[in-house]
Amino acid sequence: MELTLAEQPEVKSKEKINPLNVIFKALGLFIILNILFTFLDPGNMGKLSLYNSIFPGRSRLPFGENPAESYNLSLYNLNAMLASHEIAGAEKAGDEFRVVLIGDSSVWGTLLKPGETLAGQLNQMGLTCNDRKIRVYNLGYPTISLTKDLMLLDRIKAYDPDLIVWPMTLESFPWDKQLSSPLVANNRTAVLNLIEKYNLPLDPNDPDLVTLTQFDKTLVGQRRNLADILRLQLYGFKWGATGIDQVYPETFEPAQIDFEEDITFHEFVPPALQEQNLAFEIISAGIQAAGDTPVLIINEPILISDGTNSDLRYNFFYPRWAYDQYREMMLEKSEAEGWNYVDLWNLVPADEFTNSAIHLTPEGENLLAAETSQAILERVCTHE
Amino acid sequence: MTLTQILAFAALALVVGLIRRPRLRLFILFTASVLAVFALQPSLPIRGLDFWLPTATLAIVVYSWFVTAPSSARSLKQNWRVLAVLAGILLTLGATRYLDINLPLPVSRPPQIMQILLAVAILAALGTLIARLPVWIGSVLIAVLILFLVVLKSPVLSEWASAALRRMNQQSTEMASALDFRWLGFSYISFRIIHTIRDRQNGKLPDASLIEYVTYVVFFPALTAGPIHRIERFLSDLRNPAPLNQEKLLDAGQRFVIGLFKKFVVADCLALIALNSTNALQVQHAGWMWLMLYAYAFQLLFDFSGYTDIAIGIGLLAGIRLPENFNNPYLKPNLTQFWNNWHMSLTQWFRAYFFNPLTRTMRKKGISIPVIVLNTQVSTMLLIGLWHGVSWNFVLWGLWHGVGLFINNRWSDRTKAWMDTHITTRPQRVVSQICGIVLTFNFVALGWVFFALPKLQMSWHVFLTLFGVNLG
Repeated sequence: MELTLAEQPEVKSKEKINPLNVIFKALGLFIILNILFTFLDPGNMGKLSLYNSIFPGRSRLPFGENPAESYNLSLYNLNAMLASHEIAGAEKAGDEFRVVLIGDSSVWGTLLKPGETLAGQLNQMGLTCNDRKIRVYNLGYPTISLTKDLMLLDRIKAYDPDLIVWPMTLESFPWDKQLSSPLVANNRTAVLNLIEKYNLPLDPNDPDLVTLTQFDKTLVGQRRNLADILRLQLYGFKWGATGIDQVYPETFEPAQIDFEEDITFHEFVPPALQEQNLAFEIISAGIQAAGDTPVLIINEPILISDGTNSDLRYNFFYPRWAYDQYREMMLEKSEAEGWNYVDLWNLVPADEFTNSAIHLTPEGENLLAAETSQAILERVCTHE
Repeated sequence: MTLTQILAFAALALVVGLIRRPRLRLFILFTASVLAVFALQPSLPIRGLDFWLPTATLAIVVYSWFVTAPSSARSLKQNWRVLAVLAGILLTLGATRYLDINLPLPVSRPPQIMQILLAVAILAALGTLIARLPVWIGSVLIAVLILFLVVLKSPVLSEWASAALRRMNQQSTEMASALDFRWLGFSYISFRIIHTIRDRQNGKLPDASLIEYVTYVVFFPALTAGPIHRIERFLSDLRNPAPLNQEKLLDAGQRFVIGLFKKFVVADCLALIALNSTNALQVQHAGWMWLMLYAYAFQLLFDFSGYTDIAIGIGLLAGIRLPENFNNPYLKPNLTQFWNNWHMSLTQWFRAYFFNPLTRTMRKKGISIPVIVLNTQVSTMLLIGLWHGVSWNFVLWGLWHGVGLFINNRWSDRTKAWMDTHITTRPQRVVSQICGIVLTFNFVALGWVFFALPKLQMSWHVFLTLFGVNLG
C-alpha cells in the first residue's frame, strides 16, 4: 500500500524541527559544558593515555618543536607527559635496580637517538647492582632549571626508583632561571605545592608563573592543552612505528668557541659569586623529596673552549671565574650536607660536544656513561 | 581554505539565502565569488603573481563566456555593467596598495595601479577580438587551458615557468620552485569551462548571461576543491531559488557541520598518523605500514568528502544545490562501483567528455569490446592521474586503476553467469559482497601508495615493506 505524505512520520518530524531551537539548545549545552569543565582539574585529563597499552611508552619525556617530523611535541601537562613515558608502564621486577635520570637537555639527549643518551648507554652496559639488574630511565627534560628538575623528581617517586641520578650545571642555579622554564611556568599549582612543602625561597606571585583565569579553565580556554594531549596520543602511533622522537639534522651549528671579551654571568660580575645567588636550596629540597632513595648528583661535563677569549670564558654559558667558584661551592656544599656528588666537568674533550656547551656526541655520552656507571657501582651499590 | 574563510563564506551564503530579490542575490553571489578568487589565492613569492593569476582566471572566464554565449548576447551595450564591476574590483584591489592597513585581500601587495589599468586595457582589447571570432575559437581556448594545466601539474614545467617569471620580474631565478606557481582552483575552473565550451559546440549549452556564467565558474563554495558542477543545474537553482526555509536551513547546517567535523577533526587527526613522504622510509615493519596506509586512505576520503560537504552546505544556504562527490566509496564491492562513487563529479566529467566519445569512436571503427574496454579504461584513468600531477607516480596510479578496471570488467563478464547460478542464498551473497569490499578497498589503498608519495623509489620501498620484504 502506498503511503500518503501525511502518513510518513519521518518527513513530518523533520518539518517540526526549528533550526533556532537547535541553535539555542546547542549554545546552552555548550555554555553548560564550559562551566562544568572549569570544575575539573585540567591536569587530570593527561592521565588517560594510549601509551604503554596501545602504543609503546616513550624512552624520554615528550618534547619537540617540529611535531610533523619528530612525532613529538612540547606540552605542559605533567600527567600526560609522565603517562606517555615507558616508566609509567614498566612494572618493576623483583631483580630490577631502578635508576631514574633527571636533568636538562643533555640528559634528555638533544641530537641523540634514545640508545645514544646517557640512559640508553647505561642500559646497554648491562650493569648489575648487588645482583639486581640496573635499568635506567631517562626523565630528563630540556630547559635549564633546578626547580623544573625538582618538580619531576617530586613526581617520579611514585615509580619506586632505587636511585636518582641528577646531572646539573651552573646555568640551572641562578634564581632567575627557576621559574622561567615553560614547563614550570605553566604548572603553577605544582610549583606552589613545592614552595609550601619544602619552604623554598621562590616568590609564589612571580609573574613568570601562569595564572589561569576562570575563562582559561573552560573547555574553550583549555582547547590548546586538550589538543596537545590528543596530538601526543596520536603521535604515539608514529613513535611506535618509527622509534623516532626527535629531528636529526644532517648538519647543525656547532657550539660557540670564540667569545666576546665578556666576563659577566647573568647579572653577576667578579670577584665573587655569593652562595645565596644560587639555588642550592632546591637541591636540598630534591634530596628531601627523594626520601630514602639515594640521589647521585653529577656536575655535568661542559665544553672547555680554546678559541678567542677562552682565557676569560670556558664556553658560551660560563666565564671562568664564575664557574670555578661554582665548582668550589658545590664541593663545599656537598661535603657539608653529605650529598653524593661527582664532579665530571672536564671529562669530555671539546670535539665531543655538538650544538651547545652541554650537549654531547654519542662518544661523549659514552665517556660520561662510563664514569657515571662507576660512580653508581662504587658510591651506591656498595652501600646497599 | 582556512576555518575563518569557511565560516565567513557560510555567513555570506546565509545572507544571500535570506535575500528575496533575485537580481540583488545574483549580484552578491557574483561579487563574492569574484572576490573569493583573490582572497583564496595563496600568497606567492613572485612579485604580483598572486594578483595576476586571479586576474587571469577572471579574464579566461570572461573570454570563455564570449566563446560560449550566442553572438547576439555578446555586445558591450548588454554587458558593460558586469565588465565595469569586474574592472572596478581589479582597480579597487589595486588601490589597496596605497592604503597603510592590513586587509584580507588581496593576499599581498598588489601591483601599481598603472600596471593594472594597462592590463585591463589589454584584456579588454583581447576580449573584443575574441568576441568577434567564430565558434572554433572555443577549441583554441580548450587547448590553451590544457596547456596551462600541463604546466601547472608538471613540476619541471612549473619550475621553468617560475624561473621565467622571476627573470621578467628581476627576481633571483635560483629560488625558482614549482611551488611558486600555485594557481588557485585552476583545475576545477578549467574543467567547468571545457564543459561549457564542449556543450556549446555540441549545441547542448543553455544560454547564460555573463554575470551568471562568471558566478557559475568561480562559485565561491566550490572554488578550491569542487565539486565540478554542471551549468544547467546551477542556472536552474540560480534563477529559481527555493526559499531558505527551516528544512533547508537544517539540511545545509547539518551538511556544513558534518563537513567541518570530517575535515578539521577526523581528517586532520588521521593526517598525523597517515603515510607521507617523511615517514615512508622510516617504517620497517609491515603492520605499522599497513596501518599508516589505511590512515592515509581514510584521511584522503574524509578530507575531500569533508570539503565537499562544506561546499554543498554553503551552497544550500545560498540556494544552490551542488552535486554529490562521494557515496561511501570504500564500501563498494568492486572497482567499477568504487569509481562510480569516488570523486563522482570528476569521473562524470571524464565519462562525458573523454570516455564516451572515445568509446563511440572505437566502436564505429569495429574494434573488439575487450580492446575498447582496455583502451578506454586505461587512457581515462591515465588522464585522471595526470590531472592530479604530471609525474611517474600519478601515471602508475592511473595505470593501476585503468588495468584494475579492465580486469574487473573482464572478470565480471566471465563470471557473471557462474555467480548467478552458484551464489544464490543470502549468506552467500553477503560473504561475496564482503569479500568484494575488502578486496576493492585494499586494491584502492595500495594504489594510494603511488598517489601519496612523490617518488617511485619511495613507493617501491613502501610496497616491499607492506609485503614484509625488508631491504634494510
